[in-house]
Amino acid sequence: MNKLKKIKPGWGIVPIAVFLAIWEMVARLNLIPGHFFFPPFSTVVAEFYYLTVNGVLGRNFLSSLARVLIGFSTGSIAGLLVGTIMGWKDVANKALSPIVSLLYPIPALGWLPLLMLWLGVGEALPITIIFICSFFPIAYNTATGIRTVDKNYIQVARTLGASDMKILTTVVIPLALPNIFTGLRLESGMAWRVIIAAEMVAIPTGIGALMMRAESLIRMDIIIVCLIVLAVMCFSFEKLFTVLETKLTSQWG
Amino acid sequence: MPSIKLEKISKYICQNINLEILDKELLVLLGPNGAGKSTLLNIIAGLVEYKGSVFFDGESVDKLPASKRKIGYLFQELNLFPHLNVASNIAYSLRVQKQFRSEVEARVEGLLQVMKIEHLSSRYPRHLSGGEKQRVALARALALAPDVLLLDEPLSSLDAQASKYLRTELRQLQKKLGVTTIYVTHDLTEAEEMADRIAVIENGHIEQVGRAKEVFFYPMSKKVSDFIGAPNILDCTYCHSLGKGVAEVGCGGLPIIIPDGGNTVKRIALLPRDIYISETKVPGPDVNRFKGIITGIDSTDETVGLKLKAGENKLTAEMSHHIFEDMNLAVGKEVFLILKLRRIRAYEDKEQVKENV
Repeated sequence: MNKLKKIKPGWGIVPIAVFLAIWEMVARLNLIPGHFFFPPFSTVVAEFYYLTVNGVLGRNFLSSLARVLIGFSTGSIAGLLVGTIMGWKDVANKALSPIVSLLYPIPALGWLPLLMLWLGVGEALPITIIFICSFFPIAYNTATGIRTVDKNYIQVARTLGASDMKILTTVVIPLALPNIFTGLRLESGMAWRVIIAAEMVAIPTGIGALMMRAESLIRMDIIIVCLIVLAVMCFSFEKLFTVLETKLTSQWG
Repeated sequence: MPSIKLEKISKYICQNINLEILDKELLVLLGPNGAGKSTLLNIIAGLVEYKGSVFFDGESVDKLPASKRKIGYLFQELNLFPHLNVASNIAYSLRVQKQFRSEVEARVEGLLQVMKIEHLSSRYPRHLSGGEKQRVALARALALAPDVLLLDEPLSSLDAQASKYLRTELRQLQKKLGVTTIYVTHDLTEAEEMADRIAVIENGHIEQVGRAKEVFFYPMSKKVSDFIGAPNILDCTYCHSLGKGVAEVGCGGLPIIIPDGGNTVKRIALLPRDIYISETKVPGPDVNRFKGIITGIDSTDETVGLKLKAGENKLTAEMSHHIFEDMNLAVGKEVFLILKLRRIRAYEDKEQVKENV
């Protein structure tokens, strides 16, 4: 255990390097039958460079990124607000909980056919899908986090002269942060998974759409480039919230 | 600081409670677990709804929420805010009242000094010991200079030594600040050391209110007697001060050393649990160590009571079942008794006590 702790963070890249080397070797030596469908890593890198230089990757990436940022930020802000109200006020919880509980389990892509008819195939469609994908889980996690704050802290704050609003903002929300961040972290990655899926099915631009065009041209290298971009973005978004959570709660959490 | 009056208070187990706490007094609310002690504190704090009336200095506070009652409340679990460091915990009430930053800083600094915790100001609660947490929680409760201080078994999580030390400090601080205080405990020793007066609460009823000695010598009901433990009361034939805060009294032919410097002690009392029994002579000076004969054995669910004759005195001692079973005790057997010096209560004038009751 102690030996494990001493390993420096930079060493995490070693397994990835080994994996890429094996990939390159297997593809180059034609060790897999039907190797046509399995390009070497160096080809993927070359294609990544080409797609970046000619602007195709950047254009599609920015389309997906904008949709994720707008959909996720509006969905999470709305989720935080509704979740806070549900967690803090019993009346709101009783009124909204059945609706949230009923809609929460529906997969975000399940809304796609209905939204295509309601909104048409435009920018509003993927943004709305991401909004829905973010809103329910974040509202649910926020409400749970706020409801599970130890009531004794609220009593203490009350005896110390704090109003309900002060108690909410200075005690309850800070103590609910670990739960809130769990929702934000998971859904930030989920937003990328959902946008790619939505673009593959119904939207003509974005990383998902690029993947579908590559599939029709039998361009495995482009598909893999897109998958790597997706993996990096999911990881980066989740990591961002992990770092934020650690920064805000590590001293006391 | 206000006097507090509870009139016909009812909530949960507490039924029709009337109680008066005097200005600047420290009243100990003493009773077993589940007796309604914490409920009563929550009622005074305004944290629960209740029937009846609470008065601070004759003014009803029933309509005031907890945040407006000017109380400092030290909860049993202390409940320091885990996301705030020590200084911010103490400053919490001042900040929510929107006091000027300079005033807040000065007040926090002062409280850190009074509680001797200046070195902890930037630490978070999870890095504090039990005693340190207790001090921080007390400082936080005192930050707004409350009119009333409510302490709900604040020392119960500490070891005996730390608890005793902090009890002394707490008592000194309470006297210095002159804040009307209600201190909840189920510990008789704690109650005796802290209280101006003790209110014994049992099953939601105030059974008796009085000074420690009054409650101890003259329990007014069987419930109080059962909870306190009926003491051994011995009349003294003589009393000589030995200086340094101790005296020798003669009781039923036995010379007993007591923790009282006076020459006028007429009677002493000792709880059964404060008489130590041994089958063999215990090493050490022959102070408060006597031979006795077992004259009877009474067993209850929790303890075993031994009736003893020592000199001309009839005494009762108490021990746990497992200790009794480890010893070979029987009626008629000679045993050795040690009377625990610091647990002996001395009493000078019976009539004076009656008046107080």
